[in-house]
Parts: sequence; C-alpha cells; structure tokens
Amino acid sequence: MLAKRIIPCMDVTAGRVVKGVSFVELRDAGDPVEIARRYDEQGADELTFLDITASSDDRDIIFHIIEKVAEQVFIPLTVGGGVRQVEDVRNLLNAGADKVSINTSAVVNPQLVADAAGRYGSQCIVVAIDAKQVAPNKWEVFTHGGRKATGLDAVEWALKMQTLGAGEILLTSMDQDGQKKGFDLALTRAVTDALEIPVIASGGVGNLQHLADGVTKGGADAVLAASIFHFGEYTVQQAKQHMAQQGIEVRL
Amino acid sequence: MVDIAIVDYGMGNLRSVYQAVRKVAPDANVVVSGEADVIKTAGRVVFPGQGAAPDCMREIRERGLDQTIVEAAAGGKPFLGICMGLQVLFEHSAEGDTPCLGILKGEVVRFAHGLKDAQGNKLKVPHMGWNGVHHADHPLWEGIAQDARFYYVHSYYVQPHDQGIVQGSSDYPQPFVCAVSRGNLFAVQFHPEKSAAAGLKLLENFVNWNPV
Repeated sequence: MLAKRIIPCMDVTAGRVVKGVSFVELRDAGDPVEIARRYDEQGADELTFLDITASSDDRDIIFHIIEKVAEQVFIPLTVGGGVRQVEDVRNLLNAGADKVSINTSAVVNPQLVADAAGRYGSQCIVVAIDAKQVAPNKWEVFTHGGRKATGLDAVEWALKMQTLGAGEILLTSMDQDGQKKGFDLALTRAVTDALEIPVIASGGVGNLQHLADGVTKGGADAVLAASIFHFGEYTVQQAKQHMAQQGIEVRL
Repeated sequence: MVDIAIVDYGMGNLRSVYQAVRKVAPDANVVVSGEADVIKTAGRVVFPGQGAAPDCMREIRERGLDQTIVEAAAGGKPFLGICMGLQVLFEHSAEGDTPCLGILKGEVVRFAHGLKDAQGNKLKVPHMGWNGVHHADHPLWEGIAQDARFYYVHSYYVQPHDQGIVQGSSDYPQPFVCAVSRGNLFAVQFHPEKSAAAGLKLLENFVNWNPV
C-alpha cells in the first residue's frame, strides 16, 4: 500500500538553510545541498525548499541550489516562495523542481493555480495554505508569511484550490508553527476529510509522536517538519521507525 | 551517434529524467529531443510524460511524432515508457475520452472516487507517493527487491487486455498494473527518475538491456 510520506522542509535565504523561532531570530542550519543529500540518505520521501529571501536580487540563488540538488538527489523536490506567475513555475521546474508551491499568489490571483496546473499538470502544483484558528472548528487563511488576513475560510479555500487544479495542499497551522507542541490536528482533519487530493500537515512538530499523530489523528497523507531534523534531534529514519511501530505504512 | 534519446513533446519538464539517465549512463550520449530523425536513429528511447492525456496526445500529433513513437516501440531497440509514456501506448484513455497510440491493447481508467483503505481511511487521488511493486521476472527488475517502493503521481492507470504483458502491479487498494513489457518495450506507471536507489537501478538495467 501507499506509504505516508515524511518531508523535511528547508527555509532558504542567502544560500543557507535557516530556521526562525517565531518568525524572528534566524538560526543557521547549514548548506542546503549538503542537508538535502543527508536527508536523502536518511530515507526522506521528498524534500521541500521554501525561498524566504526578501530581496529579489537573491532570487537566482535558489535556482542554483535546486540545480545542484537535482543532480545528486533522485527523490521529488518541491520549491516554494515568491512564485507569482506561470513563468516562475516554469523557471523552477526547469531548474529541477518537480513541484512548485504557491501560497500568497494563489489568493491574489487564483487563476494562476488554474493556469499553472493547465500548463504543467496538477501533479506539480502544490497550494500552500497558512491557516489560523478564528473560532471553534473555524480557520482563516493568511498570506504574506502570515501577516495578512484574507477573510477566507481554510476548508472552503482548500476545496476551491482542488477545483482549480491543485494536486496537493501543504497546510500549515500558524498557531502551532514553531511551538513544538504538535500539528493542529482538528485543522488537518477538517481539510483532509473535505478533500480528495493529498494533504501535507505542517507546523508544530516537536517530537516523533507528533508526526505519527498527524497521520493517525489528523488524517494527513504526508507530514512535514523542519527543526527536529535540522539540528540533529532525530533522523528521518528514526521518524519512520517510530511511525512504523504504530502500524503506519512508511517507506523504510 | 545518440545512445539514448529522451522524447520531448513539450509536456512538462524532462530534466529529472535526463539527470537520472545521465547518472546511470555517465559515458553515454544522452539527448532530450523532439526530432523524429534523432529518435529514429538513437540506440535507445525513453518516452516520458506528465500532464493530462488529451494534451499529451495533441502535442504528440501536432509535432508529427506519433508514427515515430509507434515505430520506435515496435522497432526492436530498447524503449522505456514512463507515466504518461505508459498510458498513451494503449488504445484509449478515459481522461478526456482520448484516443491514444494503440500500440498495446487496452484502456486507461481513473481510480474510483471515494476509495477507502482497510481501516476505512480515505484514499486520495492522485495516487501520490511511494508504493510497493510486486514484480514479475524480467531483466529490468534485476537487483530490485520484491515489493520495493517506487514514487508515483497519477490519477489514471492502465488495464491491458493481454495479461501476458504485465510485469508489475501495486495496490490502491485493489491491485493495478504498473509495468508492462512486450519484446523491446518496457513501460512503467511510476517515476524511476524520482524513486531513489530502486528507480536508478531500473534505469541502469534499462541502459544495459539487450532485448532479444
């Protein structure tokens, strides 16, 4: 049967992997190509790179990183951050990305999702949703790195993205992100139950049980984590073994 | 002389396939090409594909590559279809009700809506991620463990009329065909170029394969 995926995520700026604590105080985690190779050796199922560069001058750096990783690592690579037009999707795919993640621009211009999926196929279009709880069992979509409220309901928005051609949803809980207390399982469950396409749970992983809970309780098809892997707390292999012990199908 | 031609018909990005083939055949002359002459004279042909069946078939026909592909698949030199490059070898796809190349007898159908696993959890479509492959005995599976996992992303799968061509299957939740072969032709639903060691091994077997 299909395995649940574990996806290490790398925030990249100025050619380095960094991890912020509550969106400030960026901590250097190393060279993206080296880290990617290490996660591949540990059995990561996919890799995600988020280009968090603020200045457009530095945008080209991410292309070079993706090119280098794609020469050495033969698992799916997702790249997000600053994707505004179909041309950005094309450029990232040409650099070696297998999937492109669209976040803010999907809200600003939903047609971009339809156009990109129509041109390159749904399989390579991931829509990233940053959601924050606003009432019991109700979550709102935020954009611009979580700074801007949209008034959109997260579940309805996810459904709309599925209709427009997204192949997958990367769902981040802003409430849980960086807290290391686990995913927002209610949010994850609400979105995955509403959709037919796969959902990647993100935001809040502090230990291996959180990853397992994302699958068994949240119903996620894949789980994404950053800091627990970057700073050597756990390996991807340990995460998979932990999940396998709980009867979760993983690729060991 | 081109050793390995990767067929480019404008559907998506072939860089991953190119990189992976280069990795397993570092000394070979590998090209990505949409030119009939290059494909006809190459020693081996890789026929990838992504996107939707109607778009793929339209691009293949508009570029006048349909006959070239049919001839390459029938012609005796090693031919490897990947993903959409497996599906369009068949007669018809339910995706957009699309007539395909008809090299192999059978149809391409969609995974049913509302699929559930044994625990009652929803099975998502596209079928995306790593699934185990039960494989038959064929030179392209050499050195690959039974039930080794390969990376998939697709919503449709092939139903060959002739079960004799089936070389592998995966479960979602019912078994579906993920690999077929006939003479010089081998084609798979998953992406060997994105399937880590198992995928590279299959590609390596392909570049060393001498079908009789």
